[in-house]
Amino acid sequence: MTLLLTLLGMGLLTWLIRLSFFALGERVTFPAWLIEALRYVPVAVLTAIIAPAVFMPEGPQGAVTLNPYLAGALATGWISWRYQHLLASIACGMLVFAVVRFLFPLF
Amino acid sequence: MSKPLFIRQLLVAGARDTIPMLVGAAPFGVIFGSLAMSAGLPVWAVLLMSLWVFAGSSQFIAIGLLGAGAAMPVIWLTTLVVNLRHALYSASLMRFVRHLSWRWRLALSFWLTDETYAVVQHHYANAENAAHGHWYYLGSCLAMYGNWFFWTVIGVVFGAAFPQLGGWGLDFAMVATFVGIVAPLLRNWPMVATAVVAGGVALIGAHWPYKLGLMAAAGGGVATGMLLSRLLQRGAP
Repeated sequence: MTLLLTLLGMGLLTWLIRLSFFALGERVTFPAWLIEALRYVPVAVLTAIIAPAVFMPEGPQGAVTLNPYLAGALATGWISWRYQHLLASIACGMLVFAVVRFLFPLF
Repeated sequence: MSKPLFIRQLLVAGARDTIPMLVGAAPFGVIFGSLAMSAGLPVWAVLLMSLWVFAGSSQFIAIGLLGAGAAMPVIWLTTLVVNLRHALYSASLMRFVRHLSWRWRLALSFWLTDETYAVVQHHYANAENAAHGHWYYLGSCLAMYGNWFFWTVIGVVFGAAFPQLGGWGLDFAMVATFVGIVAPLLRNWPMVATAVVAGGVALIGAHWPYKLGLMAAAGGGVATGMLLSRLLQRGAP
């Protein structure tokens, strides 16, 4: 019973967090500085998620290393930045990742 | 073009563009399912987590906390902090959903994950997509939701058979997609600075509990971007 309640609560809390700003609807307008701040959210948040995965694939206890994740990320980043083709950049990155991994099976 | 056909195309497009994320999430779904079972959780609880919580990192942490006999309020508080970044996604996408009905906003918020956020905000970055983007968004949501549940079930049933799944590197699909989305945005110095600071703080805070490193990185990144943007504006003649 406590387990059920725990899980129900977890889900409800998570939903409320995700709902938060959606619930405001059309009544509320954001101040200009907040609208500008939001422009940086995608880059900030996605980079924050990527960085440990790319530089520390062994986990937070590991050192920053050169590795297939970094190689693949650089390939994807370059192609995406230069040619603006998302799918091609992902495919190339995955190819580089697989090749580097194959060549250096320590990872 | 008829409306139903148009809607179906958007749903499919949203799901299709989410495919790399589905690949990336698959091993985690399997690992979650098998880990939860080996931790002694009943099957209904494992499935309920993936269907009702639908948030990978907090699900994994919950396994640990439940196994350690943590009290309910502790688990709730941990879930809150770990999933706090979703409020940023909510704020970021708000202007695209504010005109929608309550039903739409409840549904789209329920299924809002890191992966769907990345895919959908990229879609909305094109101004043409603002009006009907919620169908695309929904397509991404349903793909992620079905995928997560499917692989959770696989993990529950077959988990023991794939002990090395985490080492296959399938999670790189998600990393690659995120990189592919961020890279073209790094076209001015404030954005570059945002990425550098966010990345740096994330590395420094990687070992912090409750994903606090991530929140600090996001906050630091946003602040840096705004600061540099203001400085550059003031410096211009």
